[in-house]
Amino acid sequence: MSKTSRGARPGFVLEVDRSTPPTLFWKGEGYGLEKLPIGSRVIYAPEPHEPLADPRGAIREALLNPLGDSQPLPTLLFSGMKLTIAFDDISLPLPPMERPDIREMVIEEVLEMAAVAGVDDVEIIAALALHRRMTEAELRHAVGDRVYDSFAPSGKLYNHDAEDPDGLTNLGQTKHGEDVIINKRAAESDLLVYVNINLVAMDGGWKSTATGLSGYQSLKSHHNVKTMRNSRSFMDRHKSELHSSNWRMGKVIRDAGVKIFQIETTLNNDAFPDPFGFLQKREWEWNARDRASFIASSKALDRTPTRLKRSIFQNIKAPHRMTSVQAGEVEAVHEVTTANVYKQQLVTVEGQTDILTMGLPYICPYNVNSIMNPILVMCLGLGYFFNLYRNKPLVREGGVLIMSHPTPWEFHPVHHPSYIDFFEQVLSVTTDPEIIERDFEKQFAEDEWYRHLYRTSYAYHGVHPFYMWYWGSHALQHLGKVIIVGGDVKSVRRLGFTPASTLRDALEMASDVVGSNPSITHIHNPPIFLADVQ
Amino acid sequence: MRALLFERKIVKYGAARAASIRKAGRGAVYGPLSLDDDAKHLPLPGPDWHRVRPLLAGICGSDLATVDGRSSRYFETIVSMPFIPGHEVVGELDDGRRVVIEPVLGCATRGINPACPQCAAGNLGRCERIAFGSLKPGLQSGFCCETGGGWSTSMVAHESQIHDVPSGLTDEDAVMVEPTACAVHAAMSAGSFGGTDGGAVVSVIGAGTLGLLTTAALHTYNPSSHLVVAAKHPEQQRFAKQFGATSAVDPSALVRAIRTVSRSLAIGDGGIERLTGGADVVFDCVGNDASISQALRITKPGGRIVLVGMPASVTLDLTPLWHREITLVGAYAYGEEPMAAGRRTFDLAIDLVGQLNLGCLVSATYPLDDYEDAIAHAANAGSRGAVKIAFDMRAEKARNR
Repeated sequence: MSKTSRGARPGFVLEVDRSTPPTLFWKGEGYGLEKLPIGSRVIYAPEPHEPLADPRGAIREALLNPLGDSQPLPTLLFSGMKLTIAFDDISLPLPPMERPDIREMVIEEVLEMAAVAGVDDVEIIAALALHRRMTEAELRHAVGDRVYDSFAPSGKLYNHDAEDPDGLTNLGQTKHGEDVIINKRAAESDLLVYVNINLVAMDGGWKSTATGLSGYQSLKSHHNVKTMRNSRSFMDRHKSELHSSNWRMGKVIRDAGVKIFQIETTLNNDAFPDPFGFLQKREWEWNARDRASFIASSKALDRTPTRLKRSIFQNIKAPHRMTSVQAGEVEAVHEVTTANVYKQQLVTVEGQTDILTMGLPYICPYNVNSIMNPILVMCLGLGYFFNLYRNKPLVREGGVLIMSHPTPWEFHPVHHPSYIDFFEQVLSVTTDPEIIERDFEKQFAEDEWYRHLYRTSYAYHGVHPFYMWYWGSHALQHLGKVIIVGGDVKSVRRLGFTPASTLRDALEMASDVVGSNPSITHIHNPPIFLADVQ
Repeated sequence: MRALLFERKIVKYGAARAASIRKAGRGAVYGPLSLDDDAKHLPLPGPDWHRVRPLLAGICGSDLATVDGRSSRYFETIVSMPFIPGHEVVGELDDGRRVVIEPVLGCATRGINPACPQCAAGNLGRCERIAFGSLKPGLQSGFCCETGGGWSTSMVAHESQIHDVPSGLTDEDAVMVEPTACAVHAAMSAGSFGGTDGGAVVSVIGAGTLGLLTTAALHTYNPSSHLVVAAKHPEQQRFAKQFGATSAVDPSALVRAIRTVSRSLAIGDGGIERLTGGADVVFDCVGNDASISQALRITKPGGRIVLVGMPASVTLDLTPLWHREITLVGAYAYGEEPMAAGRRTFDLAIDLVGQLNLGCLVSATYPLDDYEDAIAHAANAGSRGAVKIAFDMRAEKARNR
C-alpha cells in the first residue's frame, strides 16, 4: 500500500505524557531517540497529500490553461523565436527526488510544444544564482538524459554564470534603488519559461527570476542583514521584506518587457523511501518493522565511518510526488502555488514556547552531494527551521533554541572554499551579522579566486557563507541562547553557540535563560511543515 | 657561586638528544647540564670587565636546543666548554647598578683593535672574530667558558656589553630586553615595507617569545602593514593580537589567511596547493623544515623570508625559492640600526620593552634548584599557556658570596 494512498491526516501537536514513547531526533548523518520532559509539545507534519495521478497530463493541462493574463504556452511559441527555459537548481527539492524529476517532466512538455511550433533557438539554464554549478550527473538527474543529451553537447544547456560580465544585462532599478540585473539570454529571449519546484512557501514567484538568474549586484539588495531581519518570516510573502524586494524587482523585469511564462509545482512531503519510512512516522505508531529498522540502522550508523554515512544518506532519493502544477503569469501562479504548499505543510500551534528543540538532518539546500559544514548547520537551524512559521516564531523572544547535530569542523573544499575562510577568518573575529556585513562582505564577494572557482569549478560564490549567516540573523537577534547537542565543541564555540553533551544537559543550561519550568516544543522535521503560530 | 654547567660529555649529549625526541626539555634530565653548587668565580678577563650577579636569566630557544642536544654542529667551533648557559640576563654590578647584558662577544670584548669590518660598521652580530682575540671562542656570553652565563649567581661582562636598566623597568621587563633586541633587529633588517594600497602583507610564523616580540616590533615600526601571525595556542593568539597582529591564526590556516589578505589567487580546486601571490615579507620565528616550507608557500614572487628563529639542519624543496625569486635571509642578534639613524638595537629594545610592558610575557620563574622543571616548562611553554620562562636568582644566598 502506498504511503499516500489513504486519506492524509493533518499535522498534529502532541503533548508528551508518561506513556509517550521517546521522540526521534535527527543528528546529522544519524538519529536517536530522546525522552522529552512531560508536558513538552511535539509538532508532527501533516501526512503526505495524495499526488497527481497523471502528472504529465496535469502539466500539459496547466500549460494549455494558464493563470492570470497569460496566454496558453503554444500561443506564445513561434518559429524563429528565441526561447529560454530556466529551472531551479540542485538546492531543490530536498532530499533530491526519485526519477523522473519534476523538472524533467515539465521541460519535456515545454520542449514538445516548442517543437510543434517550430522553435529552434532554445537554451536551457540552471538558475543557480550564486550557488555552485551543477555537475553533469546532477543536470542529468534534474532534466533527464533525453534533454541533457539533446542540449548539453551543443552548449544549449548550461549553468547560469552570475560573474560573466557579458552574460548579464541591467534592466534598471526599483523605486527603492535596487539594481535589477539578470541573465542576458533570459532577458533578451522572446519568452522565458521558468520551471520551479516549490518545496516551501518561500520558493517561487518573482524570486525565481529576480534571484535565480541574477548576480551579486542585485542580490545584495535583499540578501542582507536588514532585509533578513525584517522578513517575519520568509514563508509568509506578505510579511517578508525579502519577497517585497523580489516583487519590486519583478515589476522592473516586467516593465522592461521580459516575457515570462512561470510554471510552478508543489510536492507532497513524502521525504524518505521505504527502508527509512519510519523517519516520517509518529513514534507511537511505529510497528515492529519500524522499530527493528530504527534499531538496526541507528546502531549500524553509529559504527559507520562518517564518509560512508554521508554517502549513504546523500544517495537517498525521496519519493516526493507532485501535488499541483500551475502555469502562466508569475504572481497569479504563485498565489495558487503558495496556497497548495500551505495546504500540505501548515500545522496550527497554540502559542510560543520558551525552548524550541530540533534535530538537524544531514541535508540542507547547500550541501547536496556535499558536507554539512558548521555554517550550514547554523543556517539550517536558525535560518530555515527557525523560520518555518507564520505569524510569530515558535520560540518566544529571548527563548532558547536547542538543536542536535555533530557539527564537525569539516568543509568540502571544492564546494565551499570561501566558507572555510569565513569560518577561520571572519567568525574568529565576530559573529555579529552587521559587523560581518560591514567589514568583510565586499572583500569576499569580489575575491578573484572565489570568482574563478565559482565560474570554472563547483564552488559556491565567495559571498555565499555571508548569506548563510544573514539568513540566521533574525534568529540570532531573537534568541536568548543557542545550544547544540553533540556538536564538536570547538566548532560550536566558533559559531558563538553553547555546546552540550546531552539533551538533558542542554535543558539544564537553558534554564539559566528561561527559568526552571520552561515550556518546551520539539519540531519533528523532516518531513517539512510550517507552524501557524496563534 | 652556584651555576648550571654545560659540559662536553658526548654520551650524555646523545642521551639528551634521545630523551628529547620523546618529550622536549628532557635533555635537562639526561644530558650534560648539571647544577654545580660550589663553582669557582670566573676571573675578570681584563680591566674593562665587570662582575655581574644575575637577577633573572631567560631560557631561550637556542638554550633549549643546546640542552636537548639538537643544536647544529655549526656551533661546535664557536663555543668553548664547559660553559654556563644564559644570555638573556638582567643583573647587578658590584656598585649596585642594575644592568642588562648585550651578550655578543665581538671585537671590543676580545681586545681586538682595530675591530673587524663588521664590528667597525656597527654590525656586532656579524663579528668575524668570535673565535679569536683574548677570549676563548664563544659567539655570546652564555656560550663561552671565560664569561659564564646568566644561569648562575655570578658571571662577567665587558664594559661594552653593559646597558643600564631604566628605573621604570621591572626585572621581568629587563630580562625581555635581549630577545626584544633580536626582534627589533629582525624587523629592521627587512627594511621598511610600507607597501601600497593600505600596507604590505607581512607574516610571522611562530608565536613563542621571539615570534611575539617580532610581531610587536613589526607593528611598532610598520604600523600600516597587514600583519598575519601563525600561532598554535590560544594564549599566543591573544598576545599576538595584543601586540598588533591584524589576525592571529592556527598555523594550518595561515596559507588561506595570507591568500585572503594578499588577494592572491591559488593553485588548487578550493583546497590550496600554493599561492600565486602572497606575503611581501615572512618572518620565520620557528626555523624548522615545516616552517620554512610554509614560508616558501606563502611568500609572493620576489618576496623576502627572514629567518629569525635559529634553524638547524633542514630538508627543503627550494624550487619555489628559485622559481619565484624569493630572497631568504637570516636575522641574528643586534648591533646598530641604520633604519633608526644608527641607534644601538639594545637601546631601541629597552625603549620598546618599556613602551609595551613586555615583562608581561614572563610567565614563570624558577630557582636554579628546579632547573629540570624550568627547562621542561620552557620547552613546552606554548601548550602550557606560557611564553617566557626564566631562572630567578634573587633569592639565591650564593649571590652574595
